[in-house]
Amino acid sequence: MIKQMVWMALVASLWLSTAYAEDKPAGIMAPQNLPANTEAAPVQIAKSVLTFAYIELTDDARYDDKLMPKQFLGAPFGRPYPAAEVALKEIKFHGEAAGVSFSLQQVSGKDSADLIKQVGDLQAKGVKFVIADLPAKELVEVAQAFKGKELIFFNISAKDDALRQAQCQDNVFHTIPNLAMQADGLVQYLVAHKWRNALVLQGSLPEDQLLLDAFSRAAKRYGLKITDTRQFVLGSDPREREKNNIALLTGGDYDVVYIADSQGEFARNANYQTLLPRPVIGSEGLNALAWSWAWERHGAPQVEKRFVKQADRHMSDVDWAAWMAVRSLGAAVQQTQSSDLAKIRDYLLAPITSLDGAKGNPSSFRPWDHQLRQPLLVATHNWVVERAPLPGFLHQINNLDTLGFDQPDSQCKF
Amino acid sequence: MNRLPLLAVLAALPFMLQTPMSFAKGTGYVFVSSENDHIVTVLDGKTFAKVKDIKTAKRPRHLQFNPDKTLLYAACGDGESIDIIDVAKLEVTDQIEDIDDPEAFDLSPDNKNLYISLEDEGALGIIDLASKKMTKTVEVGEEPEGVLANPDGKTVYVTSEVANMVHVVDPSADEPKANIVVGTRPRRLALTPDGKELWVTSELDASVSIIDVATNTVKEKLSFAPEGFRKEDITPVGLVMTKDGKTAFVTIGRANRVAVVDVVGRKVETYILVGNRAWNAALNKDESLLFVANGLSDDVSIIDVPARKVLKSVPVGRVPYMVVVDD
Repeated sequence: MIKQMVWMALVASLWLSTAYAEDKPAGIMAPQNLPANTEAAPVQIAKSVLTFAYIELTDDARYDDKLMPKQFLGAPFGRPYPAAEVALKEIKFHGEAAGVSFSLQQVSGKDSADLIKQVGDLQAKGVKFVIADLPAKELVEVAQAFKGKELIFFNISAKDDALRQAQCQDNVFHTIPNLAMQADGLVQYLVAHKWRNALVLQGSLPEDQLLLDAFSRAAKRYGLKITDTRQFVLGSDPREREKNNIALLTGGDYDVVYIADSQGEFARNANYQTLLPRPVIGSEGLNALAWSWAWERHGAPQVEKRFVKQADRHMSDVDWAAWMAVRSLGAAVQQTQSSDLAKIRDYLLAPITSLDGAKGNPSSFRPWDHQLRQPLLVATHNWVVERAPLPGFLHQINNLDTLGFDQPDSQCKF
Repeated sequence: MNRLPLLAVLAALPFMLQTPMSFAKGTGYVFVSSENDHIVTVLDGKTFAKVKDIKTAKRPRHLQFNPDKTLLYAACGDGESIDIIDVAKLEVTDQIEDIDDPEAFDLSPDNKNLYISLEDEGALGIIDLASKKMTKTVEVGEEPEGVLANPDGKTVYVTSEVANMVHVVDPSADEPKANIVVGTRPRRLALTPDGKELWVTSELDASVSIIDVATNTVKEKLSFAPEGFRKEDITPVGLVMTKDGKTAFVTIGRANRVAVVDVVGRKVETYILVGNRAWNAALNKDESLLFVANGLSDDVSIIDVPARKVLKSVPVGRVPYMVVVDD
């Protein structure tokens, strides 16, 4: 399934073979403290189209129609493609100096092999940038197939820490925050409130273990004590009541109950059922998210509003990441006045880069693992309680690096 | 929401009664819009005591007087209107309706049109003040914010927070005549009194871009770096310049300070500590006082300009946005 969306009617007649931008010789990196272009950009008709591919799996369990309406905390409300469309409209002026306009091409594949073939076809036509809405396994396979080729992938939905560590790839940039970032944001909140003892309830799936690994790492980093870790099971079998009854699972003393439940089914039943009157956090209650529709500052309500207009639903983490990927590309083209892959890559990785994610602090990509550093919103279902990094969590270079893998923690080798 | 403190009204009553209704000019009053309380607070210009809370439509933000200061226009974002306050009566007497999320605007030099940034539409709207109807829109970048009408009557400048641009619009044309790339998230604008330079604050770039008006090019960028702050905590928004064009005051938001800038020397003379998230600022007529609206501490800082220090801070409504002075 291939859909072509081309903005600007004037250039719509240009088809792919001629459509990809030539680099403009005048395009240079912006030196520090100087505006990127010191010449006026006269209004001009864009000369060519720079197309961003958008790839997804035809069947993706994360977007199960039965699952999404349950609205687990931080889970998708729908496929994020409309967010890329919103961002595409926002960057309509960004290509002016580089002489390009932008378009999106949505590609759906049944598996990695299918996607690799389709991306290969697009690459042959000049596509250089791919927004990837894929689970970790498929992302790794597809990106691996294009290793060393002139192609950059933007991971907008796989939160797995391994993709930023042992499995990192040079041609993958991540706009979605990873699990370690989320856990750090949440634990910062707990520590700031002196809620230093957490009881952990853990599910039996490998994905639950990933959540717990990230939380344990954050607990160690910020001095939070995990009082006990207990396995839960779903169900109401009285013989297993020690594992499926929340009151029986939550004896002892603690400040909060952290639940590592990648499926969400158990976690959503936990609030108000604990033995002690303590907050439930993690997979339910409170978590550090990439986005919350309730955030009221930094231009966030305007972004949310444009998204609702496009998608007729609220925006969630993966939507923000898709939006941010397209926004980052737009900013890079605007600032470098170029559509050249090497220049865009350099810009995205430069220390002076400041990308606007409508969450406050300017964002940029960490050179050591290509993860977008960004503030996170410590939020419930309908309110943002705090923004992470929390006040007082400082870093010698950029406070955003108190979330996730800082350079010394990085195991990524490109 | 009726939060009018009875005592304040009673205290102000004798003064209000003594004021002849025709006496509109130079009340000395300071007007502050508060986004979350849906009021414009009126302060006495000398004692800084509260005179009145004027109830407006929801979420008042930008405030601006008509040229003879008999009327005060208040853009009410959630009320989807521009409320028109009669300065003599201190109440809303008229309204321009059905504007989607109005935030910032300016009046044409001939006082016939109101130019407004239409945040959700990504356009500049032109409203005919006589008929109170929108006569035209010009497409600009997404999230347009600051609007400034050049006194020459031929040019309107609009910032787009998303496109990182200042759009130069001829109100009689259908599209911008130039788009100037500036620092990330441009907010507010000011022209030097000689009309040669246009200054633009960039919220996420800790800077002001200085545009040469004749050529529509950025000729310089002035960065703010108060000691002990990182770039991400320095968020310039408000901008006001003295009449002699020598000094500019730039609010730098999260750094909770106002930067005092030597315009000719292109350097920051000093930073004055004010309240939380200093947002917009205004000078009184003789430029002896600077009023700063502090969005996250719900107050206004009043600065003694020659002494470069805060005289007082006065509580107003929740999330103060804009301040203007009638003197």
